[in-house]
Amino acid sequence: MILAIASGKGGTGKTTVAVNLARAFAQKLQLLDCDVEEPNSHLFLPAEISGEEAVSILVPEVDESLCDGCGECGHFCAYHAIISTGAKPLVFAEMCHGCGGCMLVCPKKAIREIPRRIGIIEKRKSGEIVLLTGRLDVGQAMAPPLIREVRRRLLPGMPAILDAPPGTSCPVIVSIRGADFILLVTEPTPFGLHDLKIAVDMVRELGIPFGVLVNRAGSGDDRVHGFCREAHVPIMAEVPDDRRIAEAYSRGQLIVEALPEYFELFAGLAEKLLKNSGVDRG
Amino acid sequence: MKIVFSTSGNDLNAPLDSRFGRAAKFLIYDLDEKKIEIIDNQQNLNAAQGAGIQSAETIARSGAKVLVSGHCGPNAFRVLAAAGIKVYSCDAATVADALEQFKAGKLKEAVGADVQGHW
Repeated sequence: MILAIASGKGGTGKTTVAVNLARAFAQKLQLLDCDVEEPNSHLFLPAEISGEEAVSILVPEVDESLCDGCGECGHFCAYHAIISTGAKPLVFAEMCHGCGGCMLVCPKKAIREIPRRIGIIEKRKSGEIVLLTGRLDVGQAMAPPLIREVRRRLLPGMPAILDAPPGTSCPVIVSIRGADFILLVTEPTPFGLHDLKIAVDMVRELGIPFGVLVNRAGSGDDRVHGFCREAHVPIMAEVPDDRRIAEAYSRGQLIVEALPEYFELFAGLAEKLLKNSGVDRG
Repeated sequence: MKIVFSTSGNDLNAPLDSRFGRAAKFLIYDLDEKKIEIIDNQQNLNAAQGAGIQSAETIARSGAKVLVSGHCGPNAFRVLAAAGIKVYSCDAATVADALEQFKAGKLKEAVGADVQGHW
């Protein structure tokens, strides 16, 4: 089973839910931190880094002696990472998604690919949890290729939780596509509701079963609940607005460990999600 | 010769947009035929990244040889320079004023980007 934790709005508690849920599963499980611009799952699962690998994407390099300036490469590139307007092409490596298309369409075979580092993937083991963290290098703009590499390291046959970045753009889609179930974490505020609606549109577009977790329930208002009722979106769980949770979080502690009375909430959610995903445990 | 101006409007009285890559529109003025053409740049206005590069590509494809705008970043400048387009910075209020200043030879050609790249 692959469970993705996403949200529209940032700061609703995706990582909090992901790490606590991972612990509450109490079985061998993979946790993939796909929020590669600001990964932080590891803060709550202290463990030594047991492996680290650099991730590169292949970007074009033009041999100007072979290029006749036909412009095919520039026409092909959807990301404008290679520009040719009659003259020799210019490469903007930071815009490149590494698809290799420019090389394939070049009639003169003037383009070859060279690796360009974009980030690293760290591996940690905390109890039963194998944590893979993608970390984009400072100054890099392309999160999707790194997220794809994190996802590629997902081992089949072992349940996985994917901690997605906030929002509803490419990095999120790359993180959650192919999941069996998506849990959208929101908060009962106007901001939470606004972005939840966009996130619901996104997952409906993807056609993946989903449900909502209302975090800080009891704060804000009841409009998120009203929306979920009207839009037939199941609320899978509610985490109350409890100051002690915020305090534990600020110390980098898991809620299920610092406040054991919440263990059942997350364990129950885990059970429910396993049932909903239609996939048996294991 | 064609001159491009970054703008938010559709005619010579429209404001000159000080941003190049994320200008709403480009006004192309044909000095010889005194004709105006408008290119919509809405797509780049909302682009997450690479607005300057794509806008510069648009200008290069338009056949213009001169760009008059407020500011131009490093990536945009690289594309414009490669396409042989001269860049002039200008703080005129309207496209018409900018055009007058250009015709009077009051604008100085930029030798490089005058603002940093921004993501």
